[in-house]
Amino acid sequence: MKNAVGREIPDELLVGGKEVYQGKGYMDGKYIKKASPCTRRCEKPQESKIVDSIAQALRDCGAKDGMTFSFHHHLREGDFVVNMVMKAAIEELGLKDLTIAASSLGAAHDLIADYIEQGKVIGIQTSGIRGRMGQVVSEGKLKTTAIIRSHGGRPRAIEAGEVHIDIAFIGAPTSDCVGNCRGIGGKSNCGSMGYAMTDAKYADHVVVITDCLVDFPNMPASVEAIDVDAVVVVDSIGNPKKIASAAARISQNPRDLMMAENVAKVIASTPYFKDGFSFQTGVGGPSLAANLFLEKFMDERGIKMGWAIGGICKPMVELLKKGKIGKVIDVQDFDLDAVNSINQTPGHYEMSASQYANPANKGAFVNKLDFVVLAALEIDTNFNVNVLTGSDGVLRGAPGGHPDTAAGSKCCIIVTPLVRGRMATVCENVVTVTTPGDCVDVLVTDYGIAVNPLRPDLIKCLDDAGIEHVSIESLKEKAYSIVGRPDPVQFEDKVVAVLEARDGTILDVVRQIKPYTFED
Amino acid sequence: MQIEKNAMAGTLESSDAMVTVEPGNAGIELEISSSVMNQYGRQIRATVLETLARLGVTDGRVTVVDKGALDCTLKARVECAVFRSCGKSDAGIPWGGVIK
Repeated sequence: MKNAVGREIPDELLVGGKEVYQGKGYMDGKYIKKASPCTRRCEKPQESKIVDSIAQALRDCGAKDGMTFSFHHHLREGDFVVNMVMKAAIEELGLKDLTIAASSLGAAHDLIADYIEQGKVIGIQTSGIRGRMGQVVSEGKLKTTAIIRSHGGRPRAIEAGEVHIDIAFIGAPTSDCVGNCRGIGGKSNCGSMGYAMTDAKYADHVVVITDCLVDFPNMPASVEAIDVDAVVVVDSIGNPKKIASAAARISQNPRDLMMAENVAKVIASTPYFKDGFSFQTGVGGPSLAANLFLEKFMDERGIKMGWAIGGICKPMVELLKKGKIGKVIDVQDFDLDAVNSINQTPGHYEMSASQYANPANKGAFVNKLDFVVLAALEIDTNFNVNVLTGSDGVLRGAPGGHPDTAAGSKCCIIVTPLVRGRMATVCENVVTVTTPGDCVDVLVTDYGIAVNPLRPDLIKCLDDAGIEHVSIESLKEKAYSIVGRPDPVQFEDKVVAVLEARDGTILDVVRQIKPYTFED
Repeated sequence: MQIEKNAMAGTLESSDAMVTVEPGNAGIELEISSSVMNQYGRQIRATVLETLARLGVTDGRVTVVDKGALDCTLKARVECAVFRSCGKSDAGIPWGGVIK
């Protein structure tokens, strides 16, 4: 069945009430019955929950074949926790048919590709999938169909019981002996632990894994002892250098700066750019540089930003410290400046992934967002964006908060160069739709700006401000005139991953890659 | 033009291609690998074959390791490799002829 972004969704996926994507806001007002976990009572006085090893914690939590284990990704490419746990489960306990439900996975988890090939891991549910894991899943080696969700779609699916977590593993930079966890104060700090919060509330069992045991009570706790079954102390939960990098330098690339300035001009041309406005930006070159130019416009107009959300990095923290932002609400930290600021700088708060972006709760921050500035691997002439699959069709990205912020914000701006090497970023048809075009408002490239025709109000804003813009078709033709018209990527029929829209409907599917052959 | 000895042009940098030509007598034996094979494999092959035909090269082994080069780059690398293989790269590039 064809969905609202023109993608053919195989009927065999439309079972158990699953629907195809119908357009944004389709589920608004509907009621859901939340799932509830089955948890152990700890009624007697208890000195400590510390157990000797991950294997012991697994046994204590009744780990068995076929279970679903969850993980959060705040330790990013420095993470050791996923591999440690899966290794203990598979090699020490001999478990099989396991599913990993993670908020994201990366190249740090290449080991899991082996377990997929051995048939030990049979399910993957995640936002990000990259490295060898992306490759083996794209080759059709995972026994079940992978499910890709946005950062808001994940807590929605957990709350709805679409993914039931048997054991949640919380990698914690600090924990006390009963499992009150924080993202700071240890040796492998990550700052916010927002993606772990829903897991801890909805899993049957919760195991905290830390490399820095601190005195009870570890407050204010990001994950609370009331939800924790066991605490394991290990040598190291991750490589600090890869958890929180040094702050990314603002790009000096004139092309990035030109695009960034145009993003700020577009923002400043809209009626939403007024005192108290709200903002989120990604951490790519031009997105990050947009902060600089935005600050200039704020100063000129004598206005301040009310609040900013998202994955947080240094430029946001700086603006907060200068008093140019009222509050920063933080689901994840990208650099040491952000890690060292959360819950320290007045006005810098932590939030859960649900609070950030869940479309099924009653007050996600994204729904009050004025502007979001995002990148794209590809964007097509219907403004559909791909941030998941490469131009060879292989899984190597993550929807992350992209679809959530695009849908929630009043003005979603995509900033990307027109071409990258020989790849046309602006194209006829994206390989995979990860953010539907009805949520994307403006495209800023190095060859011009295009506004979604669904937003005549924004077109008028740009016209009134004297900002030149062109049709997205003309940008696509410009791109093709440089790199040539690409042939469609060839796939096998087998669906290897389902891409869920944030509301749980099916937005697109990813099929098994086919070795390239010349057709004649 | 005839490929007289092994020759090479280009680099493995992003957006470039490395083209190697070797003498042969069984027509054009072309081998292509590319970082953009799925979307541009067909066009890369067409561009390389057109360029060889324009230079009048009918025999030889040609290997292209492409890193996302544009058509103009591919043409230039193929031309240069062929010229080097027949001693024409110092003097004798057919400017205004097959090279416009």
